Amino acid sequence: MAKESETVSKKGKVAPRNPLPRRDPKERVRDFEEVALGFDEEAARAEARRCLQCKRPTCVEGCPVGVDIPGFILALAEERFAEAVRVLKDRNNLPGICGRVCPQETQCEKVCVVSRRGEPVAIGALERFVAAWEGEHMPEAGVPGFGTEVPKDRDKRAGDTLLSYELKHRGARGPKVGVIGSGPGGLTAAAELARYGYRVTIFESLHAAGGVLRYGIPEFRLPREILDREVEYVKGLGVEIETDVLVGKTVTLEELREEEGFEAFFVGTGAGLPWFLGIPGENLAGVYSANEFLTRINLMKAYRFPEYRTPVRVGKRTAVIGGGNTALDSARCAQRMGSEATLLYRRTRAEMPARAEEVENALEEGVALKELAVPVRMVGDEEGHVRGVECQRAELGEPDASGRRRPVPIEGSEFVVEADTVVVAVSTSPNPLLPKAEPRLRTRSDGRLVVDPETGETSVPGVFAGGDIANDAGTVIAAMGDGKRAAAAIHEYLQRKRGSGSQVP
Amino acid sequence: MSKFQVMSKRIMAPEVTRLEVQAPRVARKAQAGQFVMVRFDERGERIPLTIAEADPEKGTIAIVFQAVGHSTREMAKLAVGESLANMLGPLGQPTEVRRYGRVVCAAGGVGIAFIYPEIKAFAEAGNEVISILAARTKELLFYVDEIRELSSELHLATDDGSLGHHGLVTDVLRGLLEQGEHYDYCIAIGPIPMMKATAELTKEYGLPTLVSLDPIMVDGTGMCGGCRVTVGGEVKFACVDGPGFDGHLVDFEELTKRKRTFREEEERCRLEEAADELEEESER
Ligand SMILES: Cc1cc2nc3c(=O)[nH]c(=O)nc-3n(C[C@H](O)[C@H](O)[C@H](O)COP(=O)(O)OP(=O)(O)OC[C@H]3O[C@@H](n4cnc5c(N)ncnc54)[C@H](O)[C@@H]3O)c2cc1C
Ligand code: SF4
Ligand code: FES
Repeated sequence: MAKESETVSKKGKVAPRNPLPRRDPKERVRDFEEVALGFDEEAARAEARRCLQCKRPTCVEGCPVGVDIPGFILALAEERFAEAVRVLKDRNNLPGICGRVCPQETQCEKVCVVSRRGEPVAIGALERFVAAWEGEHMPEAGVPGFGTEVPKDRDKRAGDTLLSYELKHRGARGPKVGVIGSGPGGLTAAAELARYGYRVTIFESLHAAGGVLRYGIPEFRLPREILDREVEYVKGLGVEIETDVLVGKTVTLEELREEEGFEAFFVGTGAGLPWFLGIPGENLAGVYSANEFLTRINLMKAYRFPEYRTPVRVGKRTAVIGGGNTALDSARCAQRMGSEATLLYRRTRAEMPARAEEVENALEEGVALKELAVPVRMVGDEEGHVRGVECQRAELGEPDASGRRRPVPIEGSEFVVEADTVVVAVSTSPNPLLPKAEPRLRTRSDGRLVVDPETGETSVPGVFAGGDIANDAGTVIAAMGDGKRAAAAIHEYLQRKRGSGSQVP
Repeated sequence: MSKFQVMSKRIMAPEVTRLEVQAPRVARKAQAGQFVMVRFDERGERIPLTIAEADPEKGTIAIVFQAVGHSTREMAKLAVGESLANMLGPLGQPTEVRRYGRVVCAAGGVGIAFIYPEIKAFAEAGNEVISILAARTKELLFYVDEIRELSSELHLATDDGSLGHHGLVTDVLRGLLEQGEHYDYCIAIGPIPMMKATAELTKEYGLPTLVSLDPIMVDGTGMCGGCRVTVGGEVKFACVDGPGFDGHLVDFEELTKRKRTFREEEERCRLEEAADELEEESER
């Protein structure tokens, strides 16, 4: 180990965690610019030195893609920044995204050894710093020829490694692999497959790549230049992205296989089907699914209407139903569009599945939280426009299948929350479109595809799947982990298919 | 050739434009009743448009639209050789084209463009097609010759009486039904009030009726739920479950109200454009 860790230097007392600087809530609630500001070099170094460099790093086990966390943190502590980039990107193609949106508090940071005595190492914030450093010092990383111009005075070894690794496979003419959907799962699978040397095309139904990262997560949490950069990086590996293709409608997997020569597929079509509550009044004007609300604002940039042509109607008061990331994002968007947003959640703050940091951010920004509120009806006016949500108060009962205590509505406790905009953000499930168009793909009762948990292979040979279409983890990183595993399995499958001993590609 | 390039352009009627657009994947798969989502430019809305014609050999489809909103007004200005930013399709369920016997097809306004592929498909499937086309005034009628070719009878109607029957589509259909004409199936496509009135009329006669709905849409793939409509008491997503539905079961009231959601924003857009145009003119 290179340096004595500063965390334990004072006889087992844990040095306090370096806070991630954030913009003033009063200021940030007026725009869609990023909320968190990120560490500077000094803070990053200081935070990196809180890491104990454990022999058995539990944090790595907590990371769904197994990033060598102490490895990249050590490089940071020793100011070998390019090396930190290399170590991190070796396992995680999209660090700028993960550093911002991963629920670290339930993953790596939850099991970080330091957390036994104090606050865990700010792994997410460090990851984010590394991605930012890469962006600033290795600007060519996103374009073809990646790594060819790593500044000479920087860590040479890391540059060379990247260069040789990427170039070895550049221009490879391996078999064609199709990736359906350009969310984090699809992007990761595509990047990995390209690195193996396959010719990869991503088919995306929307007009822009990124999946939920593009249409769902708002810019104040994930600036679009970060996402664009990561998408460019994937393209730089030789991946083609064909937008405006809805697989199952525009073209089928069978046609892609038979007529266009694709030999294997990764399906990462996500869980894009919005749920509604099925309560009266839900089709009143002014009631949106979170998907519609967020797509209008994020993908279509309705917050810049009329410069961008897609409108979104946000009234004086917005009620958002739900307690997950989607609900939080909707409420914070509404608040930024000048509305007073209230979250209606049927459990309490402690049970909210959203990222803890975002709950805190939302409350700081003035979003109100009504706990234990179960909507039963939406109330409208003669014009057919929504005016409020009638709720019942609930109390928490026994834990349900998810382990969270079940809300039990109290009879006669009805109350109305006034709202002229309502966003339903309760849940989503896989869009049944592709499975319906490909009946050989077997699905579970919840609409997800049946896959081999190790490889992601579906019931159709050569078709692999991952992310929200296959698993219910519902996180960016889990989708990426799936994409990575499936890419390895596809590689193996294609090698097997060509007969043992053959070198594919 | 760039993607979604305009290959030919035809003015069908005042304010009604037909663009033939390069879109080989869409052209190959398009069937009657399906639509595309179109985005004019990088800042544009995604708007649904029925596929009026498809030519798989040439790899083109034709869209016909009336310049009513910002996007359609911009699109109407496109020249041959220019391109649309995006086009996704074919979307929605194809119409179930069966051999019913005598099929009456009623269309109003720009709905004529959307019923044309249906008429073609039903005629090709061996049905006798009786067509009723209506518009505000005679200049706004189009595809008349094409549809006449495919129909055993063609009835025209105009609100102002400038051509054909003086009155509404439903007046003509009512007349025919009252005369004792028998039909096995009806297709009605046009503005909501027209489809609603037609469905109410055919219900009296127990004539099964297909209508094609165009609610608010964002993605067109079942992702946003903005297009939800109530049909027979059930909530459906028009973009994936439709856009064709049993006209006797559609809750037109709700559809009308939901469609008004962005009325003020549309108005704001229109006013700003009008102001821009005035400014441009004064500069000239
Ligand atoms: C608002 C919101 C906020 C979230 N916040 C967080 C967070 O902070 N942290 C976190 O870890 N997770 C978060 N999540 C969850 C996370 O975004 C998802 O788990 C993750 O994006 C799933 O990735 P995926 O690759 O499976 O697919 P998705 O990201 O869902 O992407 C699927 C893509 O496939 C495309 N597609 C679908 N069908 C077809 C087809 N037939 N043909 C072609 N293309 C198709 C879609 O258009 C889409 O672009 C959030 C989700 C939402 C909705
Ligand atoms: S568990 Fe925490 S302290 Fe140990 S290596 Fe991982 S980040 Fe460092
Ligand atoms: S248009 Fe979005 S679900 Fe139909």
